[in-house]
Amino acid sequence: MNIRSQIAMVFHLDKCIGCHTCSVACKNIWTDRKGAEYMWWNNVETKPGTGYPTKWEDQDIYQGGWKKDGDSVSLKGAGKLKGLKNIFHNPNMPVLDDYYEPWAYRYQDLFDAPEGDDQPIGRAVSLITGEPIEIQSGPNWDDDLSGTPDYARQDVNFKHLSQAEQEAMFQLEKMTFHYLPRICNHCLNPACVASCPSGALYKRGEDGVVLINQERCRAWRMCVTACPYKKSYYNWNTGKSEKCVLCYPRLESGQPPACMHSCVGRIRYLGVMLYDADRIQAVASCNESEIVDRHMDIYLNPNDPAVIKAARENGIADSTIKAAQNSPVYKFVKEWKIALPLHPEFRTLPNLFYVPPLLPAMASVSADGTYDTISEHLLAGVEKLRVPIRYLSSLFTAGNDDKVIDVFKKLHAVRVSRRDTTVKDVTDKQLNTVMNEASIDVDTANAIFRLTSLATFEERFVIPAAHREEAIEMLENTGDYKGSTGFGFKEKPARGL
Amino acid sequence: MLDYLLFGALPYVALAVFLIGSIYRYTKKGFQVSSLSSQFLEGRKLFFGSQFFHWGIVMLFFGHLIGFLIPNAVVAWNGSPVRLLVLEFTAFGFAISSLIGLLLLIKRRATTKRIQMVSNYMDYVVYLVLFVQIASGILMAYYGRWGSNWFASVMTPYLRSVFAFNPNVDLIAQLSTSNTMALLMVKTHIASAFLIIGIIPFTRFVHFLVAPFDYIWRKYQLVIWNWNHKEIRTSRNYFPGKSRDFKNN
Repeated sequence: MNIRSQIAMVFHLDKCIGCHTCSVACKNIWTDRKGAEYMWWNNVETKPGTGYPTKWEDQDIYQGGWKKDGDSVSLKGAGKLKGLKNIFHNPNMPVLDDYYEPWAYRYQDLFDAPEGDDQPIGRAVSLITGEPIEIQSGPNWDDDLSGTPDYARQDVNFKHLSQAEQEAMFQLEKMTFHYLPRICNHCLNPACVASCPSGALYKRGEDGVVLINQERCRAWRMCVTACPYKKSYYNWNTGKSEKCVLCYPRLESGQPPACMHSCVGRIRYLGVMLYDADRIQAVASCNESEIVDRHMDIYLNPNDPAVIKAARENGIADSTIKAAQNSPVYKFVKEWKIALPLHPEFRTLPNLFYVPPLLPAMASVSADGTYDTISEHLLAGVEKLRVPIRYLSSLFTAGNDDKVIDVFKKLHAVRVSRRDTTVKDVTDKQLNTVMNEASIDVDTANAIFRLTSLATFEERFVIPAAHREEAIEMLENTGDYKGSTGFGFKEKPARGL
Repeated sequence: MLDYLLFGALPYVALAVFLIGSIYRYTKKGFQVSSLSSQFLEGRKLFFGSQFFHWGIVMLFFGHLIGFLIPNAVVAWNGSPVRLLVLEFTAFGFAISSLIGLLLLIKRRATTKRIQMVSNYMDYVVYLVLFVQIASGILMAYYGRWGSNWFASVMTPYLRSVFAFNPNVDLIAQLSTSNTMALLMVKTHIASAFLIIGIIPFTRFVHFLVAPFDYIWRKYQLVIWNWNHKEIRTSRNYFPGKSRDFKNN
């Protein structure tokens, strides 16, 4: 057992209102620079939709992630042979137009335009060339279904849906969609790290954050292809790739990342997970049908004395183990099992989990255009959801419908249980049936309710101390400097050579 | 006199600038060591230009390297006219390939607005010296013939004398051939080769110095510990005046 700690996350999609505050907070801190204008380390997509960059989920186009290769896994579109062969021209790399051409408006023209017969306008100019452009697309062009079904119909996940299911979705799309906020998953088996020919990408041992060393990046661009989530971006100005850093300077000082801190809907949770690094290879290369279960199994119970002992032996600080025991992510993912990884079939073992959106049916539009309520109860059952399970299983469980249904039964049971507590119009029989089907008890339902709806800042973000005061002792014997230099000097005094 | 400047002095100036400049840029300005790929801004036109150019130039580089390292083997190989022709035509093919690629790349940079935004004058300097280098090589092969034999018997001794700090400039200066064009092209080719070496640290040429061959034997995943509880050291030397090597604490 080789225990490491990992900062993991949960996004609760039922709570996301699609306001993009996270994206803007991230942009203001990290990517409001030349060469990075087009980058959205955090972006929010509307599903069904094509996403950003367009159709990023379609690995037939982008060749991202891993594929099973015998007992092991190999990179789909990168790797030692393919990567070096394609180093002069990377055929699967998305280019600017697959994202969008960034632009600004010439607002000054509104003030400076000479008097004339026409109203002055602020034209859109490209932030690349500085020339006026006709805007073709933006990072959230399919927001709220964009008022047209065109984007939704191009959704890559429809590949797994039958024609009838797609038709149902097209009817339903008038009524339902949900948001999918995405950041880097800081995977356990990162394809970007494995694809980098110059070894610039690495995973931090102490908290699992995946970073790009800007000094070592040589613009071979393989990470952009290899990341199946398209969360590594090429800075066209500096000739270096960049990605979400999980706001590690904030994490190290005990603050949550900016996107999470600013989240209006409070959908985001962040905490430590302990996992067994020796199992990564085996889990990443298991059969697709069992990958979600195996992925969940790699995370260890931080309350298990054997795990605590092994973690200590591996140098994990007690404060980190304590944070793992209080981790909201552990509760959602392991205890309650209501959070799922996005596209586990990419085999990168992402550390960002989503509570799938329960979109209960309350009404539907019938063929003659009339509005029918379809249930006598406010809380209709799981089988009456507006969005086909098949669609969500394509997103979150590599096609395993039962796993999504299991989660929904629990989410549904929490709602019924809370209605029983607050409104008291649920019969005992109804309640028991729902709770038994979901196999949770009232206490668990209350705990889920509490962490979902009422959790405080400290409950949502459990960040272990970075212990930088001890990290300095890796570099130098602090005692050596005691009494030798004054406050503020960094170097020892030297006389001559 | 010019010969002594170009083939006696220039090589050392170029090598010195190359060594000092490259080491300085790599160690002090690591952020500026990049291939500066522009595929992100324009991918289609890049394909043929970059592939033709790079594969051609890489093969030519290794061809020259072989001639430098094992000249006798090259001469022996060329003993049979058929094998000589195979070698010459292959090399000529790669030269044409890199020339076509280079011209496509020049056209792409000159005509694509987005690429112009990330171009500076050094990009055009690079194009110019590469064009001179490749074109002079091709013309010399056309007018002079059998360069692979000639390289092994004249160029290799000359280059070795340069690296032995005893440059035998006469080998180049006293070259004689009935074809003055071939002679001019040979000298241009050699001088511009040293020029290219000299400008490496100031241009995007640096990216070939960091060609990622170590990727081949590296493990795929890379985990870096900034600090590790297991390796925390204890403070050994609290008191001024004591030896800093005191280890028994």
